[in-house]
Amino acid sequence: MKTLDQLKPGERGLIANITSSDLTIKLLEMGLLPGKTVRFNFRAPFGDPVSIQISGYSLSLRLDEAHLIELA
Amino acid sequence: MSTKTATVPALRVQKTHLTIALAGNPNAGKSSLFNLLTGLNQKVGNYPGVTVDRKTGKSTLAKGVTAEIIDLPGTYSMYPRSNDEQVVTDVLLNHHNPQYPDAVVVVADLNNLERNLLLFTQIQDLGIPTVLVLNMADLAHKRGLKIDVSRLSQAFGNVPVVKMNARVGQGVDELKEVLQTTISKSTTPFYEVYPLAPEPIAEIKHQFKCQTYYEAYQLLQHHSFLKFLTGAEKAQLVQLSAQSKLNLSALQIEETKARYQHIQSILDEVLILPDESNSTPLSEKIDKIVTHKVWGYLIFFSILFLVFQAIFAWAETPMDLIDVTFSQLSELVKNNLPAGVLTNLLAEGILPGIGGIVIFVPQIAILFIFIAILEETGYMARVVFLMDKIMRKVGLNGRSVVPLISGLACAVPAIMATRSIDNWKDRLITIFVTPFMSCSARLPVYTILIALVVPDKPLWGFINLQGLTLMGMYLLGFLAAMLSALAMKYIIRAQKSGFLVMELPTYRWPRWGNVLMAALEKSKTFVFEAGKVILAVSIVLWVLASYGPDNRMEEAAQKFTAQHQGDVNIENDLASVRLSNSYAGILGKWIEPAIRPLGYDWKIGIALVTSFAAREVFVGTMATLYSVGADFNDDSTIKSRMRSEVNPETGGPRYTLAVAFSLLVFYAFAMQCMSTVAIVYRETNGWKWPIIQTVYMTALAYVSALIIFQTLS
Repeated sequence: MKTLDQLKPGERGLIANITSSDLTIKLLEMGLLPGKTVRFNFRAPFGDPVSIQISGYSLSLRLDEAHLIELA
Repeated sequence: MSTKTATVPALRVQKTHLTIALAGNPNAGKSSLFNLLTGLNQKVGNYPGVTVDRKTGKSTLAKGVTAEIIDLPGTYSMYPRSNDEQVVTDVLLNHHNPQYPDAVVVVADLNNLERNLLLFTQIQDLGIPTVLVLNMADLAHKRGLKIDVSRLSQAFGNVPVVKMNARVGQGVDELKEVLQTTISKSTTPFYEVYPLAPEPIAEIKHQFKCQTYYEAYQLLQHHSFLKFLTGAEKAQLVQLSAQSKLNLSALQIEETKARYQHIQSILDEVLILPDESNSTPLSEKIDKIVTHKVWGYLIFFSILFLVFQAIFAWAETPMDLIDVTFSQLSELVKNNLPAGVLTNLLAEGILPGIGGIVIFVPQIAILFIFIAILEETGYMARVVFLMDKIMRKVGLNGRSVVPLISGLACAVPAIMATRSIDNWKDRLITIFVTPFMSCSARLPVYTILIALVVPDKPLWGFINLQGLTLMGMYLLGFLAAMLSALAMKYIIRAQKSGFLVMELPTYRWPRWGNVLMAALEKSKTFVFEAGKVILAVSIVLWVLASYGPDNRMEEAAQKFTAQHQGDVNIENDLASVRLSNSYAGILGKWIEPAIRPLGYDWKIGIALVTSFAAREVFVGTMATLYSVGADFNDDSTIKSRMRSEVNPETGGPRYTLAVAFSLLVFYAFAMQCMSTVAIVYRETNGWKWPIIQTVYMTALAYVSALIIFQTLS
């Protein structure tokens, strides 16, 4: 299964599901909802964290956090 | 879920004094609105039991109608992750509190409405009268965003909606008008929570006299941390949730998804978003540069350098001015009041003590002006983004960088700056290790000791040995900070796993009113909160250095005067005799056996005791002890006097290379700063951490100095 951390800068993906963890509620609250389109913006210089675009704003996530976002 | 909403006129009687809470997502412009409403009528305190700023202020809504405005910490939902966010939940659920708001103003960024509305619907469902502010409307309209405000209001239970540009003050008058009218509360919940767990929710609503089912459900979710619940009430809630075998986090997820679905369906009707798929917003272009692997770090370190320089250099003049003013005040008191114990206490104890507090204000103000600018522009989030991976390796946080670097100037403002770290464990580690960074008060100690034993000769023709040693001392402090952080990472158990998930806000120009307000507020907090402890300790230290048991000081002084009858200029020698026979002198002699293995005698012992007030006092104490006089003009007199001091046991100089390096290392690691202890007490809300920290640092200093002295001598 493809997850958000595997996207390349500029690529888009459709969120299918959020892998269950104690961060699930936090990720949902920030607007990472199944059915939404997410764009991968860029990585920080050491590859982690990453910046993504969701519902019109920029959000930064660590790689292991982005890994929880499953894409369709 | 209900789709229809209705309202009834609120039961609130027209009051002339209202309590209004401001809530909203971080970066939605809440503090701008707060500053506009309250101006300089602000008070900053602490919420009981936690180190979260409690900002309140008075606002006049109209003639005869005033309001107490509470600026709640920024949060994304009613499900808190940090201490700051827990405060919001705690305040909004405790409607027995006299401070419970008559109405909540939810500040939402119109450019990011969907996410901002989640919190709004949750607060509305608690049954509190709510006003929705759509902030940054100018920016949104410039982008081409269109919104049907009246239909939006209708869809959310006829909530009053105010469009606003808080940065320029547009919409504030309209909000004040709305707040004077009776704000109705929504009667039909936006999200019907009851079916999630009918029995416990109904039971709690009844038992706890909740206004709505959602409020009852929130008590069920959060009983573990809510501060206003009694033990019995908590036990009751635990039992109810256990009986019904509820998976509380699964319910949170279900609720959040359902709320968003409903919000989306409403926004589809009332909001037209601009098509920006083909344009790159300015923020993204800036991000390309400031998060670049070369330019990003170059810009970041240039900014850090500027901040560091500013605290170091710009604060010097006002600090000197404060210093001179307070010593003149002391002089004035001494010359004009009748001589006696009280005058001495005022002139030598209290006034210098207050001076010792006020002297920090320039550094604190300058640091917080910079930090407020970095926060207001949105750059701070990029700092975290750049530094997160590196700092995480040693158990710190991207937000730890600015406090750590500021610690090179002074640990006191640096530790105050750790409030921006929302993860408690990361914040605690940063507070714990920041005093290891070589602050400016260590510099006079370092320079005098280095000059004593390190030859002022170039190495290989171009490297100055003294400069190299000084750099080594800074490096040593940095290494101690990093290694201690690493050790603490494994020792301290975290309450919740750390995470980043952080908004990268759009870049903006700072609002200078907000910047100055932040600097003012931090300075006030320091003077009135940490100041109390500092004043108390400095008076104790003054008593120790000015008084001795029985008449010991006077007798010694008389004896000395008798022996040196006819000598002129014995005043400096007398001061030395007095200090040696004071409580501090006795303490210094008493600890001599303990510090002898480090190569110190009782005179150095006295300096260790007195310089707990502040490290630089070491130099002044040395001057008094060696009878140079307190108002020596430059370091060279005290240096030559220390150089000629003989160790009676060896017959050689007292300050050998081994002793000097042992002292250097001791001052690099030991806490030796009551102001830092006081600020750690305030920022960790208790004596536990300042005591652990002082013991740890002193132990590390002792052992390291011991090793250095024993290997070098």
